[in-house]
Amino acid sequence: MLDLHQYNCLGEALRAAIDRWPDEICLIESDRDRENTRLTYREFKEAALPFARALQDAGFRPGSRAAILMTNQSKWLISAYAIFFADGVLVPLDYMLKAPDQIKLFAHSGAEVLIAEYHLWREIAKASNLDGLSAKLIIAVNAPPDADLGGAKRWEEFRSGQEPQFAARGRKDPACIVYSSGTGGRPKGCVLTHENYLEQAAAVAPVFPFSPGDRYLSIIPTNHAIDFMGGFIMPFTGGGTVVHLRTLRPELIRSAFTKYKITYMAVVPLILKNLQNGLRERFAALPAGKRRMLKVLTAVNSTLTRDRPRLWFSRFLLKDIHQAFGGGLRALLVGGAFTDPSLIEFFHDLGIPIYNGYGCTEACTAITLNDLRPFRPDTVGRPVAGMEIRTLNLNAEGIGEVAVRSRTVMSRYLNDPEMTAETIVDGWLITGDLGRIDASGQLKLFGRKKNMIVTEEGKNIYPEDVEAAFEGIRVKEFCVFAANYLWPAHTMTGEQLVAALHLDSGQSLTDELVKDLADRNRRLPNYKRISGYFVWDADFPRTASMKIKRVDLANQIRGQVHRDVMAPL
Amino acid sequence: MPDIDTTTNQILDLASTHFKVPREQLSPDDDFFKKLGIDSLQALSLLTRIEGHFHIELPDYELQGVTDFRTLAERIQSRL
Repeated sequence: MLDLHQYNCLGEALRAAIDRWPDEICLIESDRDRENTRLTYREFKEAALPFARALQDAGFRPGSRAAILMTNQSKWLISAYAIFFADGVLVPLDYMLKAPDQIKLFAHSGAEVLIAEYHLWREIAKASNLDGLSAKLIIAVNAPPDADLGGAKRWEEFRSGQEPQFAARGRKDPACIVYSSGTGGRPKGCVLTHENYLEQAAAVAPVFPFSPGDRYLSIIPTNHAIDFMGGFIMPFTGGGTVVHLRTLRPELIRSAFTKYKITYMAVVPLILKNLQNGLRERFAALPAGKRRMLKVLTAVNSTLTRDRPRLWFSRFLLKDIHQAFGGGLRALLVGGAFTDPSLIEFFHDLGIPIYNGYGCTEACTAITLNDLRPFRPDTVGRPVAGMEIRTLNLNAEGIGEVAVRSRTVMSRYLNDPEMTAETIVDGWLITGDLGRIDASGQLKLFGRKKNMIVTEEGKNIYPEDVEAAFEGIRVKEFCVFAANYLWPAHTMTGEQLVAALHLDSGQSLTDELVKDLADRNRRLPNYKRISGYFVWDADFPRTASMKIKRVDLANQIRGQVHRDVMAPL
Repeated sequence: MPDIDTTTNQILDLASTHFKVPREQLSPDDDFFKKLGIDSLQALSLLTRIEGHFHIELPDYELQGVTDFRTLAERIQSRL
């Protein structure tokens, strides 16, 4: 692992890694039973630098911004390195968003270049509002030979034979603009500096060290802070290998463990649950005697690994299970959303070293990490090195809002000084999450103060962002809330969105109205859908400019109606 | 090439077998996430079965934004 403290920017650190491990494999891209790509660091450099030079020839200057819109694949990382090499700022866009949202965030970011996978570019080109797409240059990736590129350049041909110019950026210069939310409402573009990334990687490296031969299976979208760190910066600055799968079928994820002897993998709770289901099905198919034996061995392992992981012992005791995970798995990291302790316990009992943590894009990924010493699935662990945390405005139970101070905290929200000032106060990042720090320094989470939900897929959903889907519905007014925001449940699992409907006088809740609500809901991506609705009888409090005073409305609702009023949709 | 109704019916048959749900309970306009109580990963696992049946390769993104069997069938039909 490189000593990241000696570098000023990601481009410099990545460049040093490439020169240090030229013959090690850095990327493997697999598609079903085929292997599309296997690159050494030298080959990676040979792919990236002509692309960087072509960017520069097209007018890309230090500080210029380029957006990447791709599913996880080798060309994502090649493009990202080229952008950093050309001293640019990277804007990773979420490929799961709909095209109009991608256009909106692209425009907000001020990016000049869009590097998009062909099928995603096609959707953008088809979207009705192309006015916001102020790209000077569009580069389409993986376009079929006869494809209509709609004015885009072909990624595979976008290269120059000349050497690109490299000039290091400063530690405080922006490296990435990462959108943590804001597709429907106010875009939250976290401006993360080179220092943010270098400090985060240096802090997490002692827990998850990479060296040549270590392999990371990249499943979480690379535009997400976790994969960008775990599936790019960390393995690359340690000479490790990143394995991409072009298809994320559960059975292919499972087989990748053994095929590629994976060392590390980061997952969101949804994937962890799927792995759990797969294992349970296997256990259920065992003969009764073997099942009993497994139960005994699991209990022994669980008892003997409570104070710390004993990986060699677990691998010996529960050999078959560890073989199913490739036999070399050192850590399964779960993050992106709150994970049910029983789910963590399931894997821990099998001796799979499972690390849960807590973080956010604004703090450049991880804030706390459970180091398994001892195993505490009820908490999200202690702060990682260099992170200070405290809880503000404690209630009688010692629960308060979590605040963080560290060199990993973003510099600002792009173009939004007001929201920046609300979020970073006296150098402390106010997270909006509620927690309690116990005597051993472990943080336990107890829901959120802010009006949002996080899905099991690790997606942050702000109610304001889904309201557009219900615009025009025939009611007097409506407002969407996180149910736990209205009715605090002190839990962070099974979070739901709920719509408050205020009907016109004399109007009743007809089947037709409910059907309209359901139809509109259905047009939303499944993770953005509301789970229920209720009727609210009074006018919504509004500002002079007629905006809903959400906090006031929530307080009124909280005081007058119970969660049970919510009718499922 | 089968027509769209045949493709849709075949997909419903495959979903019925894959998720162990009686065939008569499934109809083309069903929201499969809701009807089957599945998540996005489980939905992806159906694609593998569909690929095997129709002898085609379906990128994962063909499922993006799709929630009902009929739309899924249309996407598959365009690749047959």
